[in-house]
Amino acid sequence: MKLQTLVWREIFERKNQLATSFLAILLGVSVIVAMKNITFYSEKAVAYQLDALGANILVLPKSASLQDYYSADLQKDLFPEDYVKRLTSSDLQGLDNLSPKLSIPVEAGGRRFILTGILPKNEFQAKAAWQMAGLFSRPAECGVAVNVPGLVAPAKETLVRKRVIQTLATNEVLVGADMAAALKVTEGGTLELLGRAFTVTAILPQTGTVDDGRAFAHLHTVQQLAGKGAMVNAIEVVGCCQQISQGLVQKINQLLPEAKVVTITQIVDTQIKTNRMMSRLSLLFLTIIVLVGGASIANYMFANVFERRREIGTLMALGAGSAVVLRMFLLKAVWLGLAGGVGGYVLGTGLAAILGPSLAGVPVLPMLAPLFWAVGVAVAVCVAATYLPARRAAQLDPSAALQEL
Amino acid sequence: MIALQSVTKQFQHRGKAVTALAGVSLEISKGDFVAVIGPSGSGKSTLLHLLGGMLSPTAGKVRFGSDSLYDLSSDERSAVRKHKIGFVFQTFNLVPYLTALENVQVPLVLAGLGEDGQKRRAEMLLKRVGLSDRLDHKPRELSVGEQQRVALARMLANDPILILADEPTGNLDPETADSIMDFLNELNVEGRTIVMVTHDLRVARRARRKLRLVKGAIQLDEEDGSRPEEGQPVGEPIVMRR
Repeated sequence: MKLQTLVWREIFERKNQLATSFLAILLGVSVIVAMKNITFYSEKAVAYQLDALGANILVLPKSASLQDYYSADLQKDLFPEDYVKRLTSSDLQGLDNLSPKLSIPVEAGGRRFILTGILPKNEFQAKAAWQMAGLFSRPAECGVAVNVPGLVAPAKETLVRKRVIQTLATNEVLVGADMAAALKVTEGGTLELLGRAFTVTAILPQTGTVDDGRAFAHLHTVQQLAGKGAMVNAIEVVGCCQQISQGLVQKINQLLPEAKVVTITQIVDTQIKTNRMMSRLSLLFLTIIVLVGGASIANYMFANVFERRREIGTLMALGAGSAVVLRMFLLKAVWLGLAGGVGGYVLGTGLAAILGPSLAGVPVLPMLAPLFWAVGVAVAVCVAATYLPARRAAQLDPSAALQEL
Repeated sequence: MIALQSVTKQFQHRGKAVTALAGVSLEISKGDFVAVIGPSGSGKSTLLHLLGGMLSPTAGKVRFGSDSLYDLSSDERSAVRKHKIGFVFQTFNLVPYLTALENVQVPLVLAGLGEDGQKRRAEMLLKRVGLSDRLDHKPRELSVGEQQRVALARMLANDPILILADEPTGNLDPETADSIMDFLNELNVEGRTIVMVTHDLRVARRARRKLRLVKGAIQLDEEDGSRPEEGQPVGEPIVMRR
């Protein structure tokens, strides 16, 4: 027999008395585990949606609004292309693709279209200064769409996601589907815009957005045609979700005080609100488990010590020192915490899987990490709540305990 | 072997000092069998707990061999109890959720004996008290006589040299009480020192030496041959309360 056997036997002998305390811990832990599980998948969903959206941070002229950008990004105010350099040479973490753009109206075939200048990625790589920091020092998996089971990215969002292309010659143009159809141009053909002949390298697939009536050419070519120098009217940035939540937008704002930096969070606003609510609820339940669960366990343990005075006195008469008595009660607390933690994890994970889709609109799968968290919290609460009663037991006067009964 | 030197023990009760033992001096030799008799509240149990290192005296010294018991730390006194002293209680004080075998194993667990060794010794001791067929019975499944025998086996687990028995026959019928006393005599013959508190003169007569405590003082200390007469009251009559 071991001391632990004695603890186990006592737990099972008085299991009904222990039930309330066990339930308090079990329910508290299960709710927190469920919250954490749902929050995790909800945050993944936010990251996924932002990622699928493509550019999630926009650098615009001060006077421009988000509406201007969405209508056709034809805001009249411009800012220097040099802002890109400022961003790439900064030590900002979490910047993925940067896409400086200049959009100007053009007429072709008697209709109005938009000509947008973009900078191909090979030009970023060619400029040594732009490789110093930021863009190419992003954390692993930054800007990579995470797999959320059951979520499928909408086709048009996926299409616009890769706004940066690898190469684009100064005389090449990519033409939107509507524009190509209206002007009857085909791949390999020629298209004249603002008096300059371009080779059509690709016809873009239909997106259902203003991009269908747009042609993409090299930024520097468009700047020449516009005659406004090395200016742009937007920089699209793909920022990592984690860094965005850690204040990436504010940091870009500090770096570019003359520009307006906005983040596209509207579409994930509900999800973010749900996440915030889950985080707050987790905190609330953590407080409840600590206060109610802890108080319930402390109360039970004090009653248990009182009830077992004669037993403790007898053990002391048989030679048990105060350390042995203390250990007996703390071992009991550890077992209670382990059972509550593991049970709470199982129940919480089940709850999350059932309630996740309706609460946060995301499918939730079991995760192993909350198990360690749940067991840690439950054991810590049980041991902390048991310490004082256990100390009282260890300091019991064996003579008084044996004589009073 | 064990000596009390001018031992006084006072308790505080509602702000007043109550004297349980008043300057008691006493020597108990190795192998002695002492019965402590006296009326309720005379300090018998206090004396027993003082001898067992569980109750520190207000004044005086308790010597156990060469050690001054209460100059030792609490843990050292626990170690003395664990290895040298065996307790027997009137109400047996078995752990209710453990079997007879496990109850006997408890002192061996505290002494750090391995599981196989614990089991072998506990089985041997239960066989000695005639309970080899009750190993897996819980206290509630045993008669009171059997429970006391389990308690005796538990008391013997760590082979104590001093046995402190507090009314060991107090809850037993005369026949069972006799068998328990036979067993204690057997242990005394083996060379163990026994100090037994009892109200029962018939039981006290089985001891070699009788101490009569009245109001915390030794009123009578007699060896074999000077036994109290049959029916002579030991102290105040015991009033059974509901």
